[in-house]
Amino acid sequence: MIAPATLFEKIWASHVVSAFEDGRAIVHIDRHLLQETTCEKAFDGLGRRGLSIRAPDLTFAVIDHSVATTPGRTAASFPPTRNSIEAMQRNCGVYGVELFDIDDERQGIVHVISPELGIALPGCTLVCADSHTATCGGLGSWAWGIGTTQVLHVLATQTLIQRRPKTMRVSFTGRLPAGVFAKDLVLYLIGRHGTAAGTGHVVEYSGEAIRSLPIEARLTICNMSIEFGARSGLIAPDDSTIEYLAGRPFAPRGADWDSAVQAWRALPSDDDASYDTEIAIDCTRIRPQVSWGTSPQDMIAIDETIPAPDAAADPERRRVIERALAYMALTPGQRLEGLPIDYAFIGSCTNARLSDLQEAAAIIRGRHVPQGVTAIVVPGSTQVKRQAEAIGLDRVFRDAGFEWRESGCSMCVAGNGDMVPPGQRSISTTNRNFESRQGPGSRTHLASPAMVAAAAVTGRITDVRRLMG
Amino acid sequence: MEPFTKLHGRAAPLMRANIDTDAIISAQAMVGGQVADPGKVLFTHWRYLPDGAPNPDFVLNQPRYGGTSVLVAARNFGCGSSREHAVWALTGYGIRCVIAPSFGEIFYDNAFQNGLLLATVTDEQAEHVADTLAQATEPDVTVDLETRLIILPDGRPLTFEIPGERREALLGGLDDLDLLRARTGETDRWLETDRAARPWAYPQRKAA
Ligand code: SF4
Repeated sequence: MIAPATLFEKIWASHVVSAFEDGRAIVHIDRHLLQETTCEKAFDGLGRRGLSIRAPDLTFAVIDHSVATTPGRTAASFPPTRNSIEAMQRNCGVYGVELFDIDDERQGIVHVISPELGIALPGCTLVCADSHTATCGGLGSWAWGIGTTQVLHVLATQTLIQRRPKTMRVSFTGRLPAGVFAKDLVLYLIGRHGTAAGTGHVVEYSGEAIRSLPIEARLTICNMSIEFGARSGLIAPDDSTIEYLAGRPFAPRGADWDSAVQAWRALPSDDDASYDTEIAIDCTRIRPQVSWGTSPQDMIAIDETIPAPDAAADPERRRVIERALAYMALTPGQRLEGLPIDYAFIGSCTNARLSDLQEAAAIIRGRHVPQGVTAIVVPGSTQVKRQAEAIGLDRVFRDAGFEWRESGCSMCVAGNGDMVPPGQRSISTTNRNFESRQGPGSRTHLASPAMVAAAAVTGRITDVRRLMG
Repeated sequence: MEPFTKLHGRAAPLMRANIDTDAIISAQAMVGGQVADPGKVLFTHWRYLPDGAPNPDFVLNQPRYGGTSVLVAARNFGCGSSREHAVWALTGYGIRCVIAPSFGEIFYDNAFQNGLLLATVTDEQAEHVADTLAQATEPDVTVDLETRLIILPDGRPLTFEIPGERREALLGGLDDLDLLRARTGETDRWLETDRAARPWAYPQRKAA
């Protein structure tokens, strides 16, 4: 009899090329994605060693992190990043990598386009020099972020040396209450268990609530695995996954599709498989989440108050809270609801797919962004933008006073000139509220697209449930 | 890669938990392509005042910690993004070892690919090292990778943790790429079997 295995253990076993005695292994990489800010030195490394790319057919590249989002943009629109964008274009040409360039209809944030184009597939390994690569786990891909040196390893050999991570299962039971979205589930998880809870683990998200989520929402959950400390997150493929992938440009076709589906059906964890760590979350207790500090674990529900440093038992934690409150210009015991904002940002690989834009649009319809608030929508991909325009969402946002931009990472990382000015307060659908993340001195509150939309049209952090009809 | 055996140098305490890669090197400093002097942009938002002058309150700007090559930090150092630029900023500045109770996972991999030693100690040990440094007239430590010992300014030793393979790779200056390239024959054989078993995993693409 074969021992029961988890989803991850099955993927691991099918990708070990050879194992070392010390427990590490060489694993095969099925898909390699490149983005312009983290691979230039890897290409240089190939050049210095006179190597070529081992598997160009498994390699895909896109420009997303540093590209301008203004209409009519080119590589030169934001001068500080022009050289690196041009280096990417040149390197992809020289080494024969297919590049979804700035003006390509397939361009978008790397973790939005890899599911959208059918590049990420269940049971496959996928890497990218970007920590939110875990997003693709929503389709059942073992996907993780790597560094630039490892990009060189993959380019040159299509393999990586890995130590097998531990396994964790997070079970979300019960149904989501109204006004609570996938983003709230993952923010709540991080708020409760902290940003290091997943360290060393591959996290499998399961349970009734996950099963009922559409694929785009599953991608949101897996996206923030890294903020939970885990390099990758996984959700077992099911009918929704298969339906989502059918007909996507790089998904298998014909007889290959049939054998793929058969393989994917065998992936879910066996009933009696065991995990190194288990966490259970009751979804019925979750309310809309908003972060108050400078770490994604600084999280409260909209109707809770900001914790007092004295309440923390650990002196180090006390220092961290004090520092975060000073940076955010907030006080212990304060409520976030009613706090005026300067910026509202809807974008990023966490929350800029079509369903995210629809959830936000449902809140803002018939309302308007007040004077003094800047509200921006940056669709996750050029395709998302086109689809949204086809159903008139761009009009809804524009009529409400939002800017409607071209796709890219934009104000999630503030590497393309889109920035929140120093000291200004932003509410954002992104994944990191680190000091200066959205621009030097910026203050970021993380929340769901619906909560960001609610704040945008009221000018204050607002419980979205008050605006829902 | 340069082998790492033993290091004697100035050590600075930066006892904050969750020092993220954005704090180590900001996106604005790294997105423009190859950073000419990554050591200069290390901890930009902490090290410099908004007008660009050095922030006298920041530990690395204090004369006492000039020429620091060892950092001591609290839990989860290097969490956040995968940018290897964070490691290049540290090594560019002259940091060769970071002592902390835990590290961000991708950062951990990146550091060892660049010869930066990450020495894992307990929370209490990290606090103790920081306190000892703060009290010492000469806040210098010796880090010995062979014996896994940190010798504190008061002469007392402390053992740190490091996985065996990381230690060996650093001691020998070994590079993963050489190892992987030496094994491509195995990869070829694996691929032959896998292509037959999972034809669907290999996309049919026009040449780019
Ligand atoms: S949108 Fe933000 S988190 Fe996602 S890949 Fe871009 S910079 Fe990273």
